[in-house]
Amino acid sequence: MSTQEAYKGYRGEALAALQNFNTPIWSDVKITTLKGNYAGIVLPRSETADPLHVVIKLRSGYNIGIRAETITAIEILGRKEAHYKIPEKEFPYEPRKPRVKLLGTGGTIASRLDYRTGAVIPAFSPGELYGSVPELADICNLETEKLYGVFSENMGPEQWIGTAQAIGREIEKGVQGIVIGHGTDTMHHTAAILSFMVQNPPVPIVMVGSQRSSDRPSSDAALNLMHSVKTAAESNIAEVMVCMFGPTSDVYGLLHRGTRVRKMHSSYRSTFRTIGDIPLAMVSREKITPLRQDYRRRRNDRHVVINTAFEEKVSIVYYYPNMKPDIIDALIDHGYRGIIIAGTGLGHVNKPLYPALKRAQEKNIAVYMTVQTLWGYVQMYVYDTGRDMMELGVVPMANMLPEVAYVKLGWALGQSKDLAEVKKIMYTPINGEITEREPSNGYLIFQGGIPEVEEFISQIKK
Amino acid sequence: MFMFKPFEEMHEKDYQAVGFKSGLEIHQQLFTDKKLFCRCPAGRYSDDYDAEILRHMRPTLSELGEYDGTALMEFKTRKEIIYQINRETVCTYEMDDTPPFELNEQALDNALAIAMLYNCVLVDELHIARKQYLDGSIPTGFQRTTIVGVDGAIPYKDRMIHIIQLGLEEDACREVSDAGHRRVYITDRLGMPLIETVTAPEMKTPQEVAEVAQMLRRLVRSTGRVRTGIGAARQDVNVSVTGGTRIEIKGVSRIPLIPLLTYNEAMRQWNLLRLRDELNKRGITAETCKGHHENVNKLLRKTRFYPISQAIAGGMDVHGVVLQGFRGLLRWQTQTDTYFAREISDRVRVIACLTTLPNIVHSDSPGETLASSEWLNLRKILNATEDDTLVLVWGPPADAEMGAREIIIRAREATIGIPSETRQALEDGTNGFERILPGPDRMYPDTDLPPKRITVDRIERIRATLPQPVWEREAWYQSLALPQDTIKPLACSPYATIFARAVKEWGVAPGLAAVILTHYPKRLHKKSFETQQLTPDFMAALLQAIASGKLYKEGVLLAMEKWLLDQEMMWESWQTPLPAEDLENALKDAMKLLSTVSSTEIAARWRWLMGHMMDLYAGRTDASQLAARVKKMV
Repeated sequence: MSTQEAYKGYRGEALAALQNFNTPIWSDVKITTLKGNYAGIVLPRSETADPLHVVIKLRSGYNIGIRAETITAIEILGRKEAHYKIPEKEFPYEPRKPRVKLLGTGGTIASRLDYRTGAVIPAFSPGELYGSVPELADICNLETEKLYGVFSENMGPEQWIGTAQAIGREIEKGVQGIVIGHGTDTMHHTAAILSFMVQNPPVPIVMVGSQRSSDRPSSDAALNLMHSVKTAAESNIAEVMVCMFGPTSDVYGLLHRGTRVRKMHSSYRSTFRTIGDIPLAMVSREKITPLRQDYRRRRNDRHVVINTAFEEKVSIVYYYPNMKPDIIDALIDHGYRGIIIAGTGLGHVNKPLYPALKRAQEKNIAVYMTVQTLWGYVQMYVYDTGRDMMELGVVPMANMLPEVAYVKLGWALGQSKDLAEVKKIMYTPINGEITEREPSNGYLIFQGGIPEVEEFISQIKK
Repeated sequence: MFMFKPFEEMHEKDYQAVGFKSGLEIHQQLFTDKKLFCRCPAGRYSDDYDAEILRHMRPTLSELGEYDGTALMEFKTRKEIIYQINRETVCTYEMDDTPPFELNEQALDNALAIAMLYNCVLVDELHIARKQYLDGSIPTGFQRTTIVGVDGAIPYKDRMIHIIQLGLEEDACREVSDAGHRRVYITDRLGMPLIETVTAPEMKTPQEVAEVAQMLRRLVRSTGRVRTGIGAARQDVNVSVTGGTRIEIKGVSRIPLIPLLTYNEAMRQWNLLRLRDELNKRGITAETCKGHHENVNKLLRKTRFYPISQAIAGGMDVHGVVLQGFRGLLRWQTQTDTYFAREISDRVRVIACLTTLPNIVHSDSPGETLASSEWLNLRKILNATEDDTLVLVWGPPADAEMGAREIIIRAREATIGIPSETRQALEDGTNGFERILPGPDRMYPDTDLPPKRITVDRIERIRATLPQPVWEREAWYQSLALPQDTIKPLACSPYATIFARAVKEWGVAPGLAAVILTHYPKRLHKKSFETQQLTPDFMAALLQAIASGKLYKEGVLLAMEKWLLDQEMMWESWQTPLPAEDLENALKDAMKLLSTVSSTEIAARWRWLMGHMMDLYAGRTDASQLAARVKKMV
């Protein structure tokens, strides 16, 4: 074993002490210090922790850090190395059950402890999943494939394209449904781009993750997995969807259309919401309840259009008061070909930006306007400033969400350099990214404190 | 072979004979403004709630890659957990919808101070752990907890009681109800900072356990850093006997209950060991122990035994369980008025969620259950002999089957001895099964929070504020010959430091100071005053006033009363001694009024005059001098 492995994570004073007493990690020890004595197992140390302390697991199971400079002797009694492994059991096969493929990209849907950083890292295999969520075997025959092992903030065009292609392959092989395990932070970006890259699929494509990692007893991972696998196996909805908790309670999940969904809270379980519309369906362990009828139906064929064109030189600019034109200029100078603006109100920016926008127009750069209010449409005729901007080539993007517009513009620019053609692609809805109308229940953010809202919450209790 | 005697007749040598050993885990809430890992207000309790959430718990792996036994058992029970939430006292952290905020520094200071009083070795670097609780008592499924000190000791009798460790952790929910597959908790107490003191199993009689618990309680209270009141301190008591197992009795709310509880647990273990010997004598061991079960609905369709006829009518299943060779043993005594059948019934209640009692009946106690012809038929169908015991269990199909299997499991455990369990304290001094004893496998490092270094500066700062240990104070009070009933309360009182100054610096008579600091607040409390407003500063000013002759002792109680009624009042203004001239005038006025008193008896007239004067001027004049003066006048 290398020194690095033997003293994993230790440096400085603490490393010196362990080396001095020839005590690698996982040693079962009695440590004598100037203050007192301790017995336990020497654990690896997080690399970001200080170089002053040695960590041991006491017999009671608690961990403590001992100041290395106080250690006067270490007696080694034995060795007990941790093997963190979910009990792996072969996933049972039953011919009559539907075939579902789980594609893994990362996230905490299945995870384990990482001693290097002290944080959790993803773990994933059908056997491990069956070992921790045996209920999945009641629903389907599950196959898994690990495409990537990245946190969702590290997902990008390379992974989007790879995932879209993998989906295409699985559909060709005839699976009845596809589940994609994904970190939650950018799940809505991936859901949107997959909605464009994978067109008219014959089966459900369900994205899923967890807000509480699966190393916690109260994790939402197991239930989200059951909901998503049930949707993939049994639902009649052949679209790219996000399947996450409806309420914070363990009651039901929601199926959100991939182009209208957004993560709306940094930590709540019920963080994903459909914006400007209502979700496709509710899903519980017992049943799937559609909330609308205008979804694409499941088919028996294996036809699907996979279009993975993508131009990476696209950016989102989140407008703020007193923004200077140099921001736009910098994008132009760095060769960006598309800019999505998240404007204020109905879609506005300040006047000082106009010269820069004019320059972008001259450089044949596609500039689209969305709203940072998230709910509602861009309307650039109401005020003169909007009309001025349209003169400068800024294209209003209706009620498309900024992140959705960002990935769609990349996808459109990947297909054509002709801005008229790009505009045509942008304005042709693939799957609900622009809707013709906003139903009155598409915008519901209850305000706490109001008596009727409080009464509703006390009755619903979820 | 030793036989347990009634509680009152047990002596120290009897407990020695069975090898009684006991240790304590004391949970004590700390006094802080806010909770431990979020910024919710601390110590605000209410049964009102605004919303409910529903969760399930699933077992996860420990840090060393193992599942915990309790965790798996709890999972078997498949409970729906409901949390009642009051938005004033609970935020999204307690709901497990927000990651933890940094550890409350005030709570940490308090815990460190107490660890120092225990003479613990303080931990250099804290690591927050997650201790799994799958019973749902914490919405995350684990308790955030950390060790602050280890390896301490406090003096008791002629020896030392060792403190294994002192932990700092968040409190759990209060259970509201638990019926069938649904358990309800209220979350008001959740997240409150508390310390867990774990002693070594060094107490040798039930009385010693209670005494040490009292001593530890008084020690932590002496710091003024802990909460008092209902639910602020709770004891878990570990008990074992020779050949037995460490059994944890959870949630003892009152220390006086401890002796009877630990006596009953020792008896239970002793009797279970004798039961094992009896089973072995009958040739029944873990290997040979046999039991089987079957659905017996058909046979009992016409029974007149109400619980079972109702169950069948309600679409439930009845299972008949045969425990081979167990005849009579379900009537084996375990605790006071409690028999082995209770061990089985408890398991069925917890594991199979059959919470409506009775949940079993058995052939060792056949009276008033099934007709004897029904028992005979059951024996025939189930292939049971005279030597076997039959147990019936009923409930929803899956639960009834789980219950039947659990009965066989518990019977087999009897052949081995005493299963490792946590047990709940019951009001009658007996205890009931709660869950399988969790091991170190349920510990997991908290990946949400980094380790925290305890600096030398911090330790020194806290050490400077430490009170003298209670046992040292008590020895000093004894030497001052204080009234006996003031010694223990004063030693752990927040006024103890004022007492020391009053005696040493200001020259107040020790007995008087002790009575004022312990008895008077209690008397005022009885009169429904809010005595927590008697701040140490006020009490100090009071004693200083006495020392400087500004306040006579007779007026102290009244001064305290007036202060509690109106703290804005400038109490210095009326507590000054009455000038001699004013006193004479007042006496003259009083003498005029004395003429209205009808009694001519001198003693009565004196009593009236004295009472009248004291009503007006208590505390502003020396009572003994006044008494002599009044006597003369009468």
